[in-house]
Amino acid sequence: MNFAVLQFPGSNCDQDCVHVLRNVLGHSARTVWHKDSSLGDADAVLVPGGFSYGDYLRTGAIARFSPVMQAVQNFAANGGLVLGICNGFQILCEAGLLPGALIRNRSLQFRCEHVFLKTATVDSPFTNRIPQDKLICVPIAHGEGCYFADEATLAKLKANNQVLWRYVNAQGEATEAANPNGSLDNIAGICNEARNVAGLMPHPERASEQILGCDDGKLIFESLIHALSSRSAAKAA
Amino acid sequence: MKAKIIVTPKKAVLDPQGKTVQTALEHMGYKGIGAVHVGKYMEIELTGTDKEAARKAIDEACHKLLSNPVIEDYRFEIE
Repeated sequence: MNFAVLQFPGSNCDQDCVHVLRNVLGHSARTVWHKDSSLGDADAVLVPGGFSYGDYLRTGAIARFSPVMQAVQNFAANGGLVLGICNGFQILCEAGLLPGALIRNRSLQFRCEHVFLKTATVDSPFTNRIPQDKLICVPIAHGEGCYFADEATLAKLKANNQVLWRYVNAQGEATEAANPNGSLDNIAGICNEARNVAGLMPHPERASEQILGCDDGKLIFESLIHALSSRSAAKAA
Repeated sequence: MKAKIIVTPKKAVLDPQGKTVQTALEHMGYKGIGAVHVGKYMEIELTGTDKEAARKAIDEACHKLLSNPVIEDYRFEIE
């Protein structure tokens, strides 16, 4: 598979994503500069973490107007798979590709630690390879990861099964203590209604090799690859 | 001309900065402090002279870029 990993001024997880896709999972991945207006022959797009445009104005606010994001809008509108991680999640929300917004952590602290996630549904291209009851351990590193949406949007997210991951404790309970940033309903990641665009605050690319202490993050990339393989198999048939 | 823009968090949105400032003011001994909301103030210098056209453009810019309507309200003046 060919992955396009976007690169904005201030992105800092782009090379980690490329490394995991290429060297850990054996797929083709290349970075696409924010001024490019084409994604080339990409099968899926990754919007990586970092501090695009210095987080000026609001996180993700300026990145969403870059030329490459217009290409991502078209790619997503045609059903292409797009995953935003951390700042990438913030950018996708600002771009209107995902509902809601990420605001300042309730504690006002930048949180940098490992968290447990419970997968709310395996029915998505981003979660299909995650064992139903497995808690995945991945790191977070953000100051503005508090997920907010108005009541109607939140109700719609739940009704459509769009919440993909929640922050939980080691027992798998979505408690207030397990919520690192004050996100509504412990939400760590969501997808759009069409289920082809997703975002999450934690960093699966930093937890995809045992040498880094944990490789649970790989399950998310493997889900994406599995979804792409099923799509191309369906196309060929 | 100049546009003066104020962006504030919506009332329904958690505002931990405002809450922290409120607590600090109370700790300092200020009486009668109610809810505090921390927002942003922006000034944009405008080269044109058509106030109505400027108003329309700034309103659009506020909606698209300068604020996020999901979490923020804005108001502005053109002087």
